[in-house]
Amino acid sequence: MDNILECANLSKIYKNAIALSGVNLQIKKGRIVGLLGPNGSGKTTLIKLANGLLTPTMGDILIDGKPIGVETKKIVSYLPDHNFLTGWMTVNQMIEYFSDFYSDFNPDRADKMLESLGIDRTKKIKTLSKGTKEKVALILVMSREAELYLLDEPIAGVDPATRDYILRTIIANYNENATIIISTHLIADVEQILSDVVFINHGDIVLCDTVDNIRENEGKSVDELFREVFRC
Amino acid sequence: MSWSFSNDKPIFQQLVDIITLKIISGEYPAGSKLEAVRELAVVAGVNPNTMQRALTQIESTGLIFTKRGDGRYVTEDEEKITEAKTDYASGKVRLFIESLKALGLNDEEILKAVNNELGR
Repeated sequence: MDNILECANLSKIYKNAIALSGVNLQIKKGRIVGLLGPNGSGKTTLIKLANGLLTPTMGDILIDGKPIGVETKKIVSYLPDHNFLTGWMTVNQMIEYFSDFYSDFNPDRADKMLESLGIDRTKKIKTLSKGTKEKVALILVMSREAELYLLDEPIAGVDPATRDYILRTIIANYNENATIIISTHLIADVEQILSDVVFINHGDIVLCDTVDNIRENEGKSVDELFREVFRC
Repeated sequence: MSWSFSNDKPIFQQLVDIITLKIISGEYPAGSKLEAVRELAVVAGVNPNTMQRALTQIESTGLIFTKRGDGRYVTEDEEKITEAKTDYASGKVRLFIESLKALGLNDEEILKAVNNELGR
């Protein structure tokens, strides 16, 4: 099995909107993939289908060759695009909670990241700033030893210095066989760490290639190509 | 030589250039051991696969080599490094001459300007 994620003719139709229409996509193990598209293009829908928060209207989605279920959730670490932390808990309690819930949670990794980002572990989540909440959420998600990380807008609310630290942390911590899918608008910031990019628009995959190929064939960065493809 | 990247070239290609310069300039001395791929990738802020590809490419030029089970080293062959330095210099000079010729300077004028700068 070379592919960690496979979609075949995958469609999701909400009451009066088509979110994904017949998506065919294969993502290999050991890659860092950027899922890029304008607002409302279907990025979050795709990610939610991959972790079972939504079910497809048509088509199939497989993770590590298996349909979405308990076995796939064990190996998928998901960062939602909104705050999912429990406000009354302290950072420490949140760590214990994750540690208890996920057998692949590595507390040492979380300790290291909390320390380098100078986060006070005794504080309650609800007293933290928006950016710090995002940092804690990402630390929790990246401290799992998962096979597939689904990061929905992971760095949107943090300052550029922290952004750099987080991207380096991602590179330093992910295992070579693990795959990371990052959905984001901040292409220029993440481009260097991506191996592949998927452009999505109106629920369709419009481009899927390696970053090196794009730069070689187009003579421009992924960020520039994105601005061209999605010019308003 | 810092790890900064331009928009118009593949990142692995730019990594090849940066690491080659680090070897030419002696920042990575002849015979010294390189950091592991993952560590180099973190320092440069790039994908480890991209760093791997760049190192493989430099390896094919002979500037670095792998000791099995130990890691990568800069070549001990000083001649090879000198050769890379000469190549790099010729490339730069060629570009420089082209840019001056495009402005309408002839060989003699270019040579004179260079000699003046060098204080001869």
